Amino acid sequence: MTDRRTLLAGALLALSLRPAAATPEDEAAAVRAFTGGAPLRAGRVELDIPPLVENGNTVPLKVTVQSPMTAADHVTAIAVFNEKNPQPQVITARFGPRAGRAELATHMRLATSQTILAVAAMSDGSFWSASAEVVVTLAACIES
Amino acid sequence: MARVLLNLPRSAAKGSVIEIRCLIMHPMESGFRPGVNGSILARDIITRFSCDYDGEEIFHAELSPAIAANPFISFTTVATASGTLRFTWEGDDGFRQTETRALTVT
Repeated sequence: MTDRRTLLAGALLALSLRPAAATPEDEAAAVRAFTGGAPLRAGRVELDIPPLVENGNTVPLKVTVQSPMTAADHVTAIAVFNEKNPQPQVITARFGPRAGRAELATHMRLATSQTILAVAAMSDGSFWSASAEVVVTLAACIES
Repeated sequence: MARVLLNLPRSAAKGSVIEIRCLIMHPMESGFRPGVNGSILARDIITRFSCDYDGEEIFHAELSPAIAANPFISFTTVATASGTLRFTWEGDDGFRQTETRALTVT
């Protein structure tokens, strides 16, 4: 027999079973895992993502890093992080001087309006970053 | 076999930078979404994409569930010598697909 109380308990359970969104601490931990604790400096990285997104299921994203891309001075990796999807990682791409230009484009999912962070690792061991705020009207990831 | 769209020039001048755009048809099931019966659908994503140019890896990327379905990746490389480019996608449940394209450098 189902009374109102068990229904309510079931509803609460269903709510608590929803996947927890990543927190800013999760994002900071993921960034630390990528940089090894090195400080992030603002600049040199350009993150191109639309500021207002209608559909969070496919959001175009482009990261461009200012670098001569020579054997002595090049971008070794570009990583993108989010703060409110279920997991903080988006993509980690490894580059070498043969890339010619430090450019990466992809399509990502956004669970809700949030700030996206792009980090570039340089061959001299420094890390540069850029972030962008995105407003999402239709979310991805959690809804079916 | 998943359908693959690869967009790169067939020939390029030596030393020029070419753009390579890759798309593979794949659902990228995130593992966070409930199915029709309410239970969470198992994760099924592509976890790694790589590109080899004449046997040397020039680019690779680790993907996460936050990448949209039918993952699209665009990157660049310097056309150094005529040869083949090999693109490999690897994913959950032993998914693996390889495509090759020839590039003529003049």
